Amino acid sequence: MDRGGARTWHEAWLNGGAMTDLMTTPLTPLHEELGARMTEFAGYRMPVQYPMGVMREHVACRTGAGLFDVSHMGQVTIAHPDGPDAAARALEALVPQNVAGLKAGRQRYALLTTESGGILDDLMVARRDGDLFVVVNAANAQADIAHLRAGLPGCEVARVDRALVALQGPRAEAVLEAIAPGAAEMSFMDVRALPSDHGELWVSRSGYTGEDGFEISVAREHADGLARAMLDAEGVEPVGLGARDSLRLEAGLCLHGQDIDAGTSPVEANLVWSIQKIRRSDGDRAGGFPGAGRILREIADGPARLRVGLLPQGRAPMRAGVELFAGSRAVGRITSGGFGPSIERPLAMGYVDIDQADVGTTLEGDLRGRRLPVRVVALPFRAPTYRR
Amino acid sequence: MKFTEEHEWLRPEDDEENVVTVGITDHAAEQLGDLVFVELPAEGRTVVKEDEVVVIESVKAASEILAPIDGEIVEVNSALEDNPGLVNEDPLGAGWFFKLRVEDMSALDEFMDEVAYKKFI
Repeated sequence: MDRGGARTWHEAWLNGGAMTDLMTTPLTPLHEELGARMTEFAGYRMPVQYPMGVMREHVACRTGAGLFDVSHMGQVTIAHPDGPDAAARALEALVPQNVAGLKAGRQRYALLTTESGGILDDLMVARRDGDLFVVVNAANAQADIAHLRAGLPGCEVARVDRALVALQGPRAEAVLEAIAPGAAEMSFMDVRALPSDHGELWVSRSGYTGEDGFEISVAREHADGLARAMLDAEGVEPVGLGARDSLRLEAGLCLHGQDIDAGTSPVEANLVWSIQKIRRSDGDRAGGFPGAGRILREIADGPARLRVGLLPQGRAPMRAGVELFAGSRAVGRITSGGFGPSIERPLAMGYVDIDQADVGTTLEGDLRGRRLPVRVVALPFRAPTYRR
Repeated sequence: MKFTEEHEWLRPEDDEENVVTVGITDHAAEQLGDLVFVELPAEGRTVVKEDEVVVIESVKAASEILAPIDGEIVEVNSALEDNPGLVNEDPLGAGWFFKLRVEDMSALDEFMDEVAYKKFI
């Protein structure tokens, strides 16, 4: 029987025996001091939740501010002897985004594509004064760096050994401005190096929650002091991986390895918005990235299936792996699902055949052998509050 | 009250012979986190030890509660359908899951008492 990805809770929570040999972050001692429940994630020992619990951490981020340790993510610089413009032009050989047109001090969402038009990883690319600064997913970091080095022979690709935290939510701006003056003047997707008592902070106004907020790269030795200063501010709560997942799901954001991977194209994944016109057919720098043939053809002709938002119509959550049906025909599968504490109902996303992808279509999810109604809806589930 | 290694509790009812109420311990409720959904079995269903009888879901994960012993489901706590959070608020009381009629009450003897369970966790 397909349990819809379920595991018994004692498997999930109590068999934490294999927690040896895991990497730690500069904030691991702080998580333990705060009473976090720790788990393995991408080879790191990371906090799933703090004593407050996933539900209240989620709400705290949406009403105050949440502090996340994302030091496990890969921070990488890409430099070129001829300067950052040359590095940006070079990177366009690996991603379908307009990197060369990115102005200094700006960041954008990008995709490393495969030769067959799948998604090797999703990443953030910042154009700084002297180089590109890239943040990739933890689980893919090593492979990404090897891929970048192989694909960018003229560039110096280096992993940056700094801590990374995210401060997200309506209180984030005031809290960070008090610690690093200048943060409040930044707009969504701006990047700046800001001085602070905790050394130079590499700040971007971005995140993975749908909230206004910041991602902050800090020297390892200053990470603990910075995190404590933020937690001392009113309304800031530490948030673990559990609420990080429910927050990004409500925001309609993809998790690589789950919602997108080497087998899904950017067009199927509903990420065409991230491919600027200049890289599409008839653009000045059309194509020239791995998988361009398939990706540009799918932009023109449409994909065979599409990632959509899904709202289970009952109270039961539908999670990754639940199969979707239109009548007796299997039409897709859920890739992420759970409960949205802010929308106060179950929510999911997944892929469905293109003729079932219209908003308002009602399908059925096979949940533990029963067919329960689920409606196709627009993403995101909750409007973002980015400061544009 | 008896406790299983799966962190369930079983309480024989004083006023109903051979009926046992089943729930999860406060330790289990705390480990699970905030519950958002509970799916209860049909009343009248006959279950065998280790059958999946209840599905509970937190924000992050779905889990199954297994029947601790053979028996017949005689009552379920339907209040959990509207308010799954009762399991977190009062796991040993208002957050119970179901009542089981068992043939042989000596089946409970294999489980831990409170002292042994405290040592177990």
